[in-house]
Amino acid sequence: MSRTAILFHVLFFTALLLYPLLGGGDYALDLLTKIVIYAILALSLELLVGTTGLVCFGQAAFFGIGAYAAVILSGEEGAASLLWLMPASILIAAAYALFVGALSLRTSGVYFIMVTLAFAQMAYFVVHDTPLGGGTDGIYLYFRPTFGPLDFDKPLTLYLFSLGALIAVFLFLAMLLNSRFGRALSGIRINEQRMRGTGFTTFPYKLAAFTISGGIAGLAGFLFAVKDGFVNPELLGWHLSGAALVMIILGGLGQLSGAMTGAFAFMLLQEFYKSDAVFGSFAKHWHLGLGLTIILAVALLPRGLVQLPSLIGRRLTGASLLSGGSLGSSEGAK
Amino acid sequence: MDFPIFLIQCLNAVQYGLLLFLVAAGLTLIFGIMGVINLAHGSFYMIGAYMAYALGPVVASTIGGGFLMTLVVGTVLAVIIGYILEWVFYSYLYDRDHLQQVLMTYGLILVFEELRSLIVGDDVHGVKVPDFLSGSIPLGELMTYPHYRLFVSAVCLVLVGAMFYVFTRTRLGMMIRAGSSNREMVQSLGIDITFLYRIVFAAGFALAALAGMVAAPISSVYPGMGNSVLIICFVVVVIGGIGSIKGALVAALLMGFIDTFGKVLLPEAAGVLVYLAMAVILLWKPNGLFKAG
Repeated sequence: MSRTAILFHVLFFTALLLYPLLGGGDYALDLLTKIVIYAILALSLELLVGTTGLVCFGQAAFFGIGAYAAVILSGEEGAASLLWLMPASILIAAAYALFVGALSLRTSGVYFIMVTLAFAQMAYFVVHDTPLGGGTDGIYLYFRPTFGPLDFDKPLTLYLFSLGALIAVFLFLAMLLNSRFGRALSGIRINEQRMRGTGFTTFPYKLAAFTISGGIAGLAGFLFAVKDGFVNPELLGWHLSGAALVMIILGGLGQLSGAMTGAFAFMLLQEFYKSDAVFGSFAKHWHLGLGLTIILAVALLPRGLVQLPSLIGRRLTGASLLSGGSLGSSEGAK
Repeated sequence: MDFPIFLIQCLNAVQYGLLLFLVAAGLTLIFGIMGVINLAHGSFYMIGAYMAYALGPVVASTIGGGFLMTLVVGTVLAVIIGYILEWVFYSYLYDRDHLQQVLMTYGLILVFEELRSLIVGDDVHGVKVPDFLSGSIPLGELMTYPHYRLFVSAVCLVLVGAMFYVFTRTRLGMMIRAGSSNREMVQSLGIDITFLYRIVFAAGFALAALAGMVAAPISSVYPGMGNSVLIICFVVVVIGGIGSIKGALVAALLMGFIDTFGKVLLPEAAGVLVYLAMAVILLWKPNGLFKAG
């Protein structure tokens, strides 16, 4: 990671840490907690899409399973300890990812996209149709988990805890990508055939990445359930899977900062289009603005928001906009 | 399960399967030939269903004629809309990677759903079965089967036949098949590939819209109806083998039977059965039942 990248991340996380000092009110804090949680989800997907080159269209399934696991395991009798509830939720999500990955990684390309989507739908129908998941209405989390002196009923505690989780996930992934394992994943994205040629059995690497990614998404789901105190099948819906993909592409693939920037940009954009102050009664049709923005983003910014600075720089120096690597082969911030 | 019920379920399964095929055929063609993953394909089905609802009164008051006329007008409209959509949006996606196609068509879904909400509203609407098809035929002593469902199957069967004819017997079909296996070669032989793409896309749109129109009296029209169809059509396309029309037909009928009989025999697990079937088939054949071509 270059010095500017380190500086960017330190500033980014410090700003988030200091934000509560500004005292922006409960709504803003709730929104920010949500964004931080989605940033974790986006990071989990980035490991698959940006690093390994596996376009997973079912990431919401792992997110939702983590959330449902938190609620179902916690029970109705009393507060559970975070110490076992969080790892359990992560493990259950990772276990489903292991199952899905073992089957879907036999396919590739478009098949993979569609198969991951279908498996996510399968999980969706399990919680939607069976008594396990409480149907369309979802289920309530009666008691937020406890962890030492931390009181998760306080929004600030939850926010800081989520932020801590985001930083932990970020550091974990940054280390992972720099390890031999991470390099192998990059190699698989760039040229899987050649990786096999050099003696790597690529399947276990992809499966491990898929499982880790599912576990991280499960962590995000767990935090989401604790935040809302409520889960419903929409958490596993394909709209969320699509939104997660939009986030990482909007931010820019191939770098962890892209996934996080994308999550922020996407959620703030959504808030903007939803706001009554700007759009008045038209605000309930916020999907329209969001959809048009996504379409424009694809047309104008194929490499995401992180591409903006260099794009502006090139415009200023008059260099060609078309030069530089294509999306699939961009090496990322190293 | 006694025989009349079994027969009715079989007819339902075939009818549902054929409808799925109409939607999935466009999806698999657009992918097979242009290499575009079209998430918005479910929206095309939704647009068709809403056309059946909204166009009916308009057609009756201006041109005259009932349900059949609405179908014709709707199909013509669908071809025009499809042609324009390809021109404005999809023609930019051919050189992009799958990820960006997914993204843009996801954006299109949001736009279509909101436009639907703006124009028609968010209520659930029923579409009346046309009078001349409102009867039903007796099956056994107690059971009957509605004419309209037979009509749907018949329409689908005619379209299936027409598609196979165009595909295997005509010059256009030959160009389409050639285009799907080698784009550059077809182009260098002097065939206008841009125009060919536009036709295929418009046809795919029209097929999905037509499926939506004929399905409207059975399923009623409601927000989000395109999404459920889209996902199940993905399953159909994947099982059949992407780009294969024959595969899509076999897979669609298979899904029709699994879904219909699943709902009767195992109501709790019906939603999951289809995806389980897909998992099993992909374990056996990772690239679908039929190779594209």
